[in-house]
Amino acid sequence: MARVIGDVILDLQNISLSFGGVKALTNISFDVREGEIRAIIGPNGAGKSSMLNVINGVYHPQQGRIVFRGQERRRMNPHEAAAQGIARTFQNIALFKGMTVLDNIMTGRNLMMRRNFLWNALYWGPSRREEIAHRKRVEEIIDFLEIQNIRKTPVGRLPYGLQKRVELARALAAEPSLLLLDEPMAGMNVEEKQDMCRFILDVNEQLGTTIVLIEHDMGVVMDISDRVVVLDYGRKIGDGPPDEVRNDPVVIEAYLGAGH
Amino acid sequence: MIYREAGQFKASYEEDQQIFPIKQDRIVMAALVAAAFFVAPFVASEYWLQAVLTPVLVFALAALGLNILTGYAGQLSLGTGAFMAVGAYATYNFLLRLDGLPFLVGLVLGGLSAAAVGVVFGLPSLRIKGFYLAMATLAAQFFIVWALAKFPWFSNYSSSGIITAQRIEIFGFAFDTPARKYLLTLAIVSLLALVAKNLARTNTGRSWMAVRDMDVAAEVIGIPLMKTKLLAFAVSSFYCGIAGGLYAYTYLGTVEPDGFGLDLSFKILFMIIIGGMGSVLGAFLGAAFILLLPVGLNVLMHTSVGALVPATLASNLELIVFGVLIIFFLIVEPHGLTRLWQIGKEKLRLWPFPH
Ligand SMILES: Nc1ncnc2c1ncn2[C@@H]1O[C@H](COP(=O)(O)OP(=O)(O)OP(=O)(O)O)[C@@H](O)[C@H]1O
Ligand SMILES: [Mg+2]
Repeated sequence: MARVIGDVILDLQNISLSFGGVKALTNISFDVREGEIRAIIGPNGAGKSSMLNVINGVYHPQQGRIVFRGQERRRMNPHEAAAQGIARTFQNIALFKGMTVLDNIMTGRNLMMRRNFLWNALYWGPSRREEIAHRKRVEEIIDFLEIQNIRKTPVGRLPYGLQKRVELARALAAEPSLLLLDEPMAGMNVEEKQDMCRFILDVNEQLGTTIVLIEHDMGVVMDISDRVVVLDYGRKIGDGPPDEVRNDPVVIEAYLGAGH
Repeated sequence: MIYREAGQFKASYEEDQQIFPIKQDRIVMAALVAAAFFVAPFVASEYWLQAVLTPVLVFALAALGLNILTGYAGQLSLGTGAFMAVGAYATYNFLLRLDGLPFLVGLVLGGLSAAAVGVVFGLPSLRIKGFYLAMATLAAQFFIVWALAKFPWFSNYSSSGIITAQRIEIFGFAFDTPARKYLLTLAIVSLLALVAKNLARTNTGRSWMAVRDMDVAAEVIGIPLMKTKLLAFAVSSFYCGIAGGLYAYTYLGTVEPDGFGLDLSFKILFMIIIGGMGSVLGAFLGAAFILLLPVGLNVLMHTSVGALVPATLASNLELIVFGVLIIFFLIVEPHGLTRLWQIGKEKLRLWPFPH
C-alpha cells in the first residue's frame, strides 16, 4: 500500500511550559501531517518527553495553542486525549506489572467497552459478547506483533525488549489515529531494534496511523521518519526532512557534533 | 487422569475466558461446591456448622470485599470492620422499621448503605494514597464504631448499642437452625464470589488493576481514575456490608459496635495477606486458614508434641505463629497461599516429567 501523507492533523503553536523556575519548553511550534512519521530528537533534558506530555494532556502548557483535527484547545486531560484517538507509550515502561500480557492489551480497549459493572457482574449476554469481540481484536494485535507465546505471562516477568513491545500493543489496541512513542527502542539490542523498526513501519503503512516518535538512535531516525524536529534546551533549533536536518550546522553544533 | 491442559484445545476465546479453563479444575471446584451444599450440612456437627463453617464463609466474604479494594484496586483500607458494622446495623434498622420487609431485601439494603458510606470515606483516595489513605479509612473505622455506640437510635435504644438479630424468614421458611443458617450463608457467599470473579475477569476488574499498578498510564489509556476508585470502594463496601449483615444474622445473632473494632479490620487484612492479594480464591484460603489455625493448634497442643511446649509459650503460640506467617508472606510471597497453590499446580502440570 502506498503511503499517503495528508493534511496537518496536529498543529502546535508557540508552546511554552515551565516547572517552577525550569523552562522545559520555550515557544515551540511545529505540525504533524496525517499519515507521517514525525521524529523529535535532541540531547538529554531537551524537552522531548515534555512535548509528548503536552500533546496528550499530561502536562498543561502555560502558553500556546494546540489544534488537533481542527479543534483548538488550551488544556485537555489525558482521558479526553485518549477519547480523541491519541495513544502513547512511555520512556520508562508503564505497563500494569501485575497483569498478564493479554489483560494489559485488553485495557487498551477500555474506551470502546460500553458495558458497565452491573453487566460485567453477570458476565452474561451483552457483557460476554463484548469481552469476546474485543478479545478477537486484541488477538489480531497479538499476531501482528508476534507475541502469541507470551499472552498469558505476567508482564513483570518479561525481558525489557518484550515489555516495550507489549506496551506498543496496548497503545495499538485503542486503534489510535495518532500514536506517540517515547524512545520505543531505548535499551534494546540490534535485533530487537530492527524488529521494533519494522513494527513501527508496519503500523504506519498498514494501519495508516500517524506517528510521533522520540528516538536517540540517529540511524533509526534517519531511516524511518519523514520529518524531524530538533529540540535543545527547550527550544526548537531545527525542523525538516532527515537529510536537511542532518546537514544543518546549528543542529550539528548542538547535538550531532556533541559526541553522537 | 493426569492434571494437564495439553490435549484440551480451546476451540474459542469463549472457552479460554472461562473461570477455570482447565477441565480438572472445573471438576474439583464443582465437587467442592457440591460437597459444601449437599454433604456438609448433614455430616458436620452443629458446633462445626455454627462455630467454624459459617464464620469461615462470612469472613471469606469480608476478605473478598477487602481484596476487591486493596488486592485488585490497590487502595489500602483499615475500615473493613466499620463497613461491616454499617451493613449489620443498617440491615437491622431496615428490618426493624419497615414492616414486612423481606430479609434478603433488608440485607441488600444494608449492603447498599455500607456501599454509600464506603464511597464517602473513599473520597480522600482521589487525593491521597497508601499510608495516608489507610489513615483516612482508620478515621472511618473509629468514627463509625463510635457513632453506633453513641446514638442509641441505631440500636433501637438498647443498652450499650447491642442489637439482636430478628428471626430470618424467607418465603415463609425459617432459617433457624445452624444447618439452615449455614446453607443460607453458603448460597449468598457463593453467588457473590461468582460475581466477584466475573468483575475481575472483565473490563471492570482490569480497570481496577490498572489503577493499582500504574495510575498515570491508566489515565492516559482513558480509564477514569475517580470513577474507577470510587466504584472499587462501593463494591468492596457492599461486600463488607453483606458480610456484616451475615455476621450478625447467621453467625452471632447478637452484636455490639465494639465487636466491629480495629482488630476485626486487621484480622481481615491478615486474611488477604496470607490468602493472597488480588485473588478470589485467596479470600477463602485466608479466612479458612486464620479461623482454623487456632483449632489446629489446639488439637496439636493436646498431642504428645504439645506436651513438650512450655505452658507460657503455648498460651501465646497462636500470636507467634500469626506473626511469623504474616512476616513470611509479606516478605517472601506477597501473593500468599494462592500463589503457593498455583506453584503446586504448575509442578503438577509437569509431573511426572519435570524437564
Ligand atoms: N514533572 C516535572 N517536574 C519538574 N521538572 C520536569 C518535569 N518533567 C520534566 N522536567 C524538566 O523538564 C526538562 C525537560 O525534560 P524532558 O523529560 O522533557 O527531557 P527529554 O528531552 O525527554 O530528556 P531525555 O532524553 O533524558 O528523556 C528537564 O530539565 C526536566 O528536568
Ligand atoms: Mg524523555
